[in-house]
Amino acid sequence: MADEMKIGAYICNGCGIGDRLDSGQLETTATRDGKAQVCQQHDFLCSEAGVKMIQDDIDNEGVNRVVIAACSRRAKTEAFNFENVSIHRANLREGVIWVRPDTDEMTETTQEMADDYIRMACAEAKYTKIPEKSGEQGVNKNILIVGGGVAGMKAALEASKAGYPCAIVEKSGALGGATAQLYKTIPTKAPYTDPQDNFVDEMVAAVEADSNITVYLNSTTTNIAGAPGRFAADISAESGSTETKEFGAIVQASGFKPYDASKLPEFAYGKNKDVVTQMELEVLAKAADGGAIKRPSDGKEVSSVLFIQCAGQRSKKEGHLEHCSGYCCSASIKQAMYFKDQNPAIDTTVLYTDLRTPGAGGENFYRSGQQKGVIFTKGIASEVVDGSNPTVKFKDLILDEENDLEVDMVVLATGMVPNSGQPTRAELTDQDNEDAASEKAGEEVEIRVDVESILNLDYRQGKDVPHMANGFADSHFICFPYETQRTGIYTAGPTRRPMDSYQAMEDAVGAAMRAISEAENAGLGKAAHPRVGDLSFPSFRKEGCTQCKRCTVECPFGAINEDEEGYPIYNESRCRRCGTCMGACPVRVISFENYSVDTVGQQLKAVDIPDEFEEKPRFLVLACENDAYPALDMAAQNKLEYSAFTRVIPVRCLGSTSLSWITDSLNSGFDGIILMGCPSGDNYQCHFVKGSLMAQERMSKVGDTLETLNLEKERVQTFEISITDIHKVPQIINDMAETIEQIGMSPFKF
Amino acid sequence: MSDTNTGMVEKYRNNFLKEVEANVEEGEWVKMCMQCGVCSGSCPLGPHWDHPPQELFMMIRAGKRDEVLESTSMWMCTSCYNCIVRCPRELPITHIMHGLAHYATRLGIEPKNQPTRKFAQLFWNNLAKNGRVNELWLGVNLYFMDGFVNGIKVALGMAGIGLGMLKAKRLSLKELVGGHTVKDKKGFQAMIKKAQELEAARVDN
Repeated sequence: MADEMKIGAYICNGCGIGDRLDSGQLETTATRDGKAQVCQQHDFLCSEAGVKMIQDDIDNEGVNRVVIAACSRRAKTEAFNFENVSIHRANLREGVIWVRPDTDEMTETTQEMADDYIRMACAEAKYTKIPEKSGEQGVNKNILIVGGGVAGMKAALEASKAGYPCAIVEKSGALGGATAQLYKTIPTKAPYTDPQDNFVDEMVAAVEADSNITVYLNSTTTNIAGAPGRFAADISAESGSTETKEFGAIVQASGFKPYDASKLPEFAYGKNKDVVTQMELEVLAKAADGGAIKRPSDGKEVSSVLFIQCAGQRSKKEGHLEHCSGYCCSASIKQAMYFKDQNPAIDTTVLYTDLRTPGAGGENFYRSGQQKGVIFTKGIASEVVDGSNPTVKFKDLILDEENDLEVDMVVLATGMVPNSGQPTRAELTDQDNEDAASEKAGEEVEIRVDVESILNLDYRQGKDVPHMANGFADSHFICFPYETQRTGIYTAGPTRRPMDSYQAMEDAVGAAMRAISEAENAGLGKAAHPRVGDLSFPSFRKEGCTQCKRCTVECPFGAINEDEEGYPIYNESRCRRCGTCMGACPVRVISFENYSVDTVGQQLKAVDIPDEFEEKPRFLVLACENDAYPALDMAAQNKLEYSAFTRVIPVRCLGSTSLSWITDSLNSGFDGIILMGCPSGDNYQCHFVKGSLMAQERMSKVGDTLETLNLEKERVQTFEISITDIHKVPQIINDMAETIEQIGMSPFKF
Repeated sequence: MSDTNTGMVEKYRNNFLKEVEANVEEGEWVKMCMQCGVCSGSCPLGPHWDHPPQELFMMIRAGKRDEVLESTSMWMCTSCYNCIVRCPRELPITHIMHGLAHYATRLGIEPKNQPTRKFAQLFWNNLAKNGRVNELWLGVNLYFMDGFVNGIKVALGMAGIGLGMLKAKRLSLKELVGGHTVKDKKGFQAMIKKAQELEAARVDN
C-alpha cells in the first residue's frame, strides 16, 4: 500500500443522478474543494465496467481513498468492495435526489446538497487511516464451556464435531445437570405423545468418548482474564489444584436453580409432606420406575394428584418470580402421564391459568395429555389446606366460582432461577452504588453481593456477564441471540432465558457456533457484530490522557481495563467498535483509524455554509448507522421529502458523538442539530446496548453550552428512532426547519 | 326423575365426564377442549345461551351434571356449524350439543318448555307418521304449541300469509285429511321401528 494518500472520486450518473444533478459541477467540487487527485464519472458505476474502472485506478494510479458519489453506503456494498483501501460514500441517491422534488426552482438547493456530500466524503477520506490488524492475538481454537448440563455437553459435542477442542468445567461431580435428575423427558420426536426416556446417559457417554473434549468435574473457573482469542482461564478443582489454560471463546451454560418452594407457605409446602415440587416428583417417579408412585407422607399409592401451575411464578408478589419459566406446563403434562400411563384410573388435574407448551410438539403433547384423560382446569390456586389429604382451594376462571378439591398429592410447578452469577457494577443497588461512588474518590471497594460469581472475569465492570430482566444473562440483542455484553462469551440454556432441556440444546448449538466464529474473528483482528469484519480498534494518545476512567466506565462491553497507573487498556478483541469511549473522552484522545473526532469533525466543517442573507439555513443530522440511517434511506426509497438544507452524517453509535462536533458545527454556522439514536430503556434496541442512552445524558448538558453561546436550546434536539420510523424521520427534519424559521438563523455565520 | 336417570347417577357417581363420554354422541371429545372460547365467540346466538359450549365443557369436567343436562343452552344450537369450522381442536361441537340434548331427553330431564325442544318433537312426530312432513299440520301444531288461545292468536296473525299460499297453490287444504305419504309407508314404519330397537340396544349397553 502506498504511503502517500491519494483520493479518487467516482461519480455515478445512474439511477437518475445524472439527470438531476450537474455532474460536471460535482466533478469540479470533488477536485477543487475535495482535493481528489483522480476524478471520474460513470453512467453505471456499480456495473462490472464501473467497478473495473475504480479497481484499475487503485491498481495503476495508486488511489487508496475511494470516494464513491452514488447511492447510500448501505447499497451496493458487494460491488463497491475494494481491498486495502478505505471507501467513502457520498449519498447522492437516497440522500439527495430521492428526498427532493424534481422541479426547476429546487435544482439549485439540490445541487448544493450533492456538492456538500462530495466535500464531506472527501474530508472524511482525508482524515481516515486504513486500519490494519493489530496482531494482539492469534487464532485460538479452544472453546471453554462453563457448565456440564445438557446445554454445555451439546455445545461441546457440536464444537468438537466442527474441529474445535473444548473444555467443560462442571461444578458438581457429574455431567448431566438438571436433566439428569429427570425420570423421563418431554418428547422431542413425532408424534410427541408420550414421555421419552432420558437421554443424558448417552450424551455423557458421547462426551466422555470424545477425545477433543476435556472434562473438569468438581471444578470452577476462578479467574478469567484476557479477551477473545486469548482468554486465560484458571480452572480450579475442589481439591485445590489450579490449572491455567488459554481459550479462544467461552460458552456459559451454567443453567438454573429450582425456585425455593419454601417461599410458598400458602401452598403448605414444607408443612404437608404430600405437597412437592416438580423436581421432587421426578425423584418419586424414578423410585417407582414405572410402578405406582407412592406419596411421601405415608407411602400410600397416589390415586389423585393436582398440579398447581405457575406456583410462585408470573407474579409480582414479593419473593415470587416475575417470569414464566417456559418448561413447567409441559413438565406437568409429562408428570401427569407418569400417573395416567401407570393407571388410567388415577385422577390427575392440572390447574393452570395459561397453558404454554412451547416447541414443535408442545401442542401435540398437550392434546395427548387430554386424550389420556388428564383434566385441565383453568383456575388460580389460592391455598392448600393442610390435612391427611391436602385440599386445594382455587377459583375456576371459566365457571367464575370458588372451588376446592381434595387430593392425595399436590405438585407445585415452581420455576427456574438463572445461575447467572453476580450483577455487574452498573446493576448494583443504590447502597452499592454509593460505595462505588466513594471508589471514584480513589478508594477501591469490593462488590458486595451474596451470589457466587460463575465466570470470575478479570474485567473492570464485574465478574460476570451483565444480566437483563429477572437476572437472566440475555443480552436483548434483537438480531443477535446468544450474544452477551461481553464479546466472546456466549450464554446458552436457562442461564440466558427460561427454557426446557430440548431448547437448551438447540441454544447450545447456536452459542457454540457463535463461539467458533468469534474465536476465528478475534484471530483475524476483526470485530464481532454489528461491525463484523471491522479491523479498526480504539487507540489513545497517552500523553493527552487524564486517567479520568470515563471510557472504562462507559464502555458497554466491559472491553477496557486499566493499568496500574489508571491508563486504559483497550483489549481490542473485546471491542465492538461502537466508539462510545470516543464520545466519552473529555480530552478527545481516543480514536479509531477509520473513525475519529476528525473524520466526522472535518466533514461538518467541509459543509458550505451560506451567509445569513441567503436565507439558506443548514441542519446537521447525526444519525445512528444501525437504525436511524436505514430509516432515512427507507424514507428516501418511499420518496418522502425533507428539507434540502439537511446534511446527514452517519455515526457508529450516537454514544460516540463527541461534544466537540456540536460546538464546532454551531460555531461554523449550522442553524440546528438533530441527533438520532436508537430507543433506549429496558427493551433497548441500541446495537451497542446503551450508546443512545449515554448520548442523551451527555446532550442533556448541551443546554449550558448553548447558553454560553447565547443560542436557543431548540437548536439541538435528540430523538429516539427505530428502524421502522420511516415516516417520522422526514417529519423531524421538517419540524426542525420550521423551528429555525421561527427562531431565526444562527448568528454564527460568516 | 326417570329411572334411567337414577341409574346413570348411580353408575357414574361423581364422574360426569365419563358418563358423557360413554353416553353422549361425540362425548369423548369433551376432554379435548382447551378453553380458548372461539366456539362461544363464533356462535351467532351465543349471547342468548345460559352457558356457551366452552363453559358447558368445563361444567362437564367439573361434574356439574344437573346444571348441564337441565340447561336450555344446547337446545339453542341452530346447527350453523360456525363453531365446528373454527374450533382449533376440531371438536364436533354442534354434534356434541345435539348429543347432550338427546341424552337429556333420554333421561327425561330436558327442559320441557324450551321452544326448540318442542318444535323438534312436533317435527319428529309429524315426519315419523307418514315418512313425509305434512306442512299444514306441522304449522297448525306449531301455532297451538302454547295452548289453544295463543294458537288462535298466532293463526289469525298468520292468516294473510296462509291465504296467499293457498292462492299460489303452495298449500293444500287436502293435507288436513290424510295427506301425502311415502310409497311404502309400512316399510318405512318398520324401518323406524328397527332403528329404534337398535338404538335402544346400543344405549342399554
